[in-house]
Amino acid sequence: MSEQTSGVYTYSPRQFHRQAHDALGNPQIRANFRKAMDGLMTKRRESFGDWELETLRELGANIRMRALAKLPDLLEQLEANCEANGIKVHWAEDGEQACRIIREICESHGATSVVKGKSMVSEEMHLNAHLEEAGIEALESDLGEYLVQLNEQTPSHIIMPAIHLNTDEISEILHEKTGTERTRDVDTMTAAARSQLRERFMNADVGVSGVNFAVAETGTLCLVENEGNGRMTTTVPPVHVAVTGIEKVVEHLRDVPPLYALLSRSATGQHVTTYFNMISSPRKEGEHDGPKEVHLVLVDNGRSNIYQDDELLDTLRCIRCGACMNHCPVYTRVGGHTYGTTYPGPIGSILSPHLMGLEETKDLPTASSLCGACGEVCPVKIPIPDLLVRLRRESVGEGRGNVPGAGIKRTRKEAAAWKGFQWLATHPAAWRIGTSMAGRFKALMPSKLGVWTEYRTAPKPAATTLHALVKKHQAAKPRVDKSDKERR
Amino acid sequence: MSARDAILKRLRERTDGPLSAPESDFAVVTHRGWSGQERLERFERWIASVHGEVVHTSRKGWTEALARVLADKGVRRLALGKQHPVAAEARQALVDTEVELVDVNRDIEAWQREQFESVDAGLTSTLGGIAETGSLWLWPTPDEPRLISLVPSIHVAVLDADTLEDTLFDVVEKHGWANGMPTNALLISGPSKTADIEQTLAYGVHGPRELVVLLRHASAAPGDEK
Amino acid sequence: MTPVKLYTPKPEKVYFFGTCLVDLFYPEAGLDAIRLLEREGIEVLFPEDQTCCGQPAFTSGYQQEARAVAAAQLSLFPESWPIVVPSGSCGGMMRTHYPQLFAGTELEERANEVARRVYELTEFLVHVCHLKLDDRGTPEKVAMHTSCSARREMGLADTGPALLSQLGKVELVEQARAAECCGFGGTFAVRHPEVSAAMVEDKTAAIVEAGAQRFVTSDCGCMMNIGGRFEQQKAPVQGEHIASYLWRRTS
Repeated sequence: MSEQTSGVYTYSPRQFHRQAHDALGNPQIRANFRKAMDGLMTKRRESFGDWELETLRELGANIRMRALAKLPDLLEQLEANCEANGIKVHWAEDGEQACRIIREICESHGATSVVKGKSMVSEEMHLNAHLEEAGIEALESDLGEYLVQLNEQTPSHIIMPAIHLNTDEISEILHEKTGTERTRDVDTMTAAARSQLRERFMNADVGVSGVNFAVAETGTLCLVENEGNGRMTTTVPPVHVAVTGIEKVVEHLRDVPPLYALLSRSATGQHVTTYFNMISSPRKEGEHDGPKEVHLVLVDNGRSNIYQDDELLDTLRCIRCGACMNHCPVYTRVGGHTYGTTYPGPIGSILSPHLMGLEETKDLPTASSLCGACGEVCPVKIPIPDLLVRLRRESVGEGRGNVPGAGIKRTRKEAAAWKGFQWLATHPAAWRIGTSMAGRFKALMPSKLGVWTEYRTAPKPAATTLHALVKKHQAAKPRVDKSDKERR
Repeated sequence: MSARDAILKRLRERTDGPLSAPESDFAVVTHRGWSGQERLERFERWIASVHGEVVHTSRKGWTEALARVLADKGVRRLALGKQHPVAAEARQALVDTEVELVDVNRDIEAWQREQFESVDAGLTSTLGGIAETGSLWLWPTPDEPRLISLVPSIHVAVLDADTLEDTLFDVVEKHGWANGMPTNALLISGPSKTADIEQTLAYGVHGPRELVVLLRHASAAPGDEK
Repeated sequence: MTPVKLYTPKPEKVYFFGTCLVDLFYPEAGLDAIRLLEREGIEVLFPEDQTCCGQPAFTSGYQQEARAVAAAQLSLFPESWPIVVPSGSCGGMMRTHYPQLFAGTELEERANEVARRVYELTEFLVHVCHLKLDDRGTPEKVAMHTSCSARREMGLADTGPALLSQLGKVELVEQARAAECCGFGGTFAVRHPEVSAAMVEDKTAAIVEAGAQRFVTSDCGCMMNIGGRFEQQKAPVQGEHIASYLWRRTS
């Protein structure tokens, strides 16, 4: 199925263990992520400063829940208002169909060159590869995405796509691929990219962007960014195609300010981003710039399936800030490519199984210590740890069976081991005998206990269990009552 | 069945049944209760923190401040509108200076390369500002199109102090945005920037390298406000 | 997320749920917790039929097995006494996940009732016993590792450090990234051993860098993990369950 390619090798969620092994053994990757995540965590904390963070998160969650509760109505309202404003709306069942729609728009304009603003949905549906097959060049314009594309990689973070690369590596990429002189000066490199990309903006036939919030009541597409490439992409080329998941709709314009405040602070610790770009129509009569045609492509790609289930539904609240990965101790260690999916980290581990099936992604829901850091920082309060556990249930066939690939991970051996655990833990007398002969307990642990001891000494069962100690303790002394409280 | 109908049908015939929509309490994003002075201070502090440059001036003398800024920054060609009072006053004040005024009321197709390559700065009015985040609020018009606040290396924006609101939510609500949105509505908070190269901030990656806010006060002369 | 808990006055009796890790690997920690409670004049009831809260099965996705094991524990606490658990992980399971696990079943009400009575040990000592400690130990630098379940699921980041800060001769040092997971995560440590190892490696390094001679934790999973790593490194840093540490220094 969908695999992420890179210049080095192909990343796949099936290879999580191997990719994790490689990343853990790469000091550069380790250092780049640790430094970046430490910085992002600190900035987020500082940016909320005197804000009533919990109240704001509550509101954010509430706005997203309301939008989801009314989702079909809001999508229709969004469509009607967009169309009334002159934005053409398209619907796609899956990524393939969405790619086709965009390709056809390009072809109808004889387009050969597309410039893109950051869009994770377009990554999810592998739009660039699709367009290239049709002979249409798709160029990423977000600096991080541009660097990653030059390096023939995919983003390793949903907000900071090139976070796995350091200054020297980026200098080398720019030198090799664009002939830019090697430098450690970030301003020089940025200026080089600016001039390279400005030429491309001017010549692009179509601009493709994502959407952060689509406002139903006004038919407005909101884009959040710092660089200005999003504004370029949506203003300079004669045609703009915005592509988004169906869950990105919100009901009212007034729903946007709290979500925007949460997004910018949670993502990069900024109190505000440089640009908040709200597009409600193509260029009108008498206006002098902006695209003459604007399209909105609404992509389902598994989302309506997630929507069916009251618990899984919370996954769709996500506003794609990336805070969960910034705070994830696993993501910090292994980096984004290890996951082999468009969306890495905790949100990726609860979303990717729906997009790609559990067969592909079965190692992702377990790739978490359930430490809860993701859920704690999520600006819309998605209970990510609970959803990881839910997907573990689905993987072993003890959920509702409504996630693609449900049950794929169930093995007779493991299921029998847990049945054995159940039997023992529900037969207290046997439990006491078993635990007092502790050696047997090992049989209950998952089979790979061996690896534990590669890094740690093995836990040693105590000579006497607590059950036995308590018995002795109670026998050795009179029952404590209030009067002999000071007895000791 | 079309993709549209199939998607909507699945959403409507949800397995776990219809969902109830919670009410929202927006108190946390409004009712700041700041005085005019507090608003000004916050606006300036925040926009300065993201590399925006604030020049205090007055309604009457602001074009002198503009001329100084343009001279300081070596601006030779300035793109600006014609009808908006900001543009009209600027044109009048700059007519006898070295600065060449570039008309923007023409379709971009006719002068795209010129705009990208030989305009030093763009001048725009603003509709207001946001104290909480240090943001400018712009609704581009045929007179002041979208790209002049983006393409030139320097963006000079004129903001009246008394148009500052506390929060974005207040702007959206008080000015009735939901009753009619323009083709493009923009919030601008500082010059274009990126941190995509190892978290190091760099300005002007795609848009302006500099943002200058000429903050006009109703009465006082330039330089002696506050 | 973190429920607001209204604390009751100190009760006459409590139930003690020892947890399977304590039962099997760290029984002394369990006994020391009981001693601490008894010293406060509380009678400690230890239901003999207790086994495991069911969390290992629960977090592995084995829902039916977890429910069966949890159901067996629900009947152990018939009277209305608080249930004290010397682990944020098992405490979090019982307080937060039992109600979810039994939602819509005939045991729902009982699960909710039991959940409301569950206290993590340090939480109980601080908020219900208002424990006062008199340090008799020698001067020492100690780092506290609060488990992720205690910190996030139960909202108890402060109770462990609050108890340690009462020990006059103990200097509580804070390791870098104190709130970050040690990498145990139950079956995570065996399903993703290399990632888990990288996490515990960083945790032990941070504790050493903070200058701690000892680390104290309220969860035996973390202790097994961090302590096991120190032991394998032959590092001089020792780990101890907070119950044992408090008892040892004040008795």
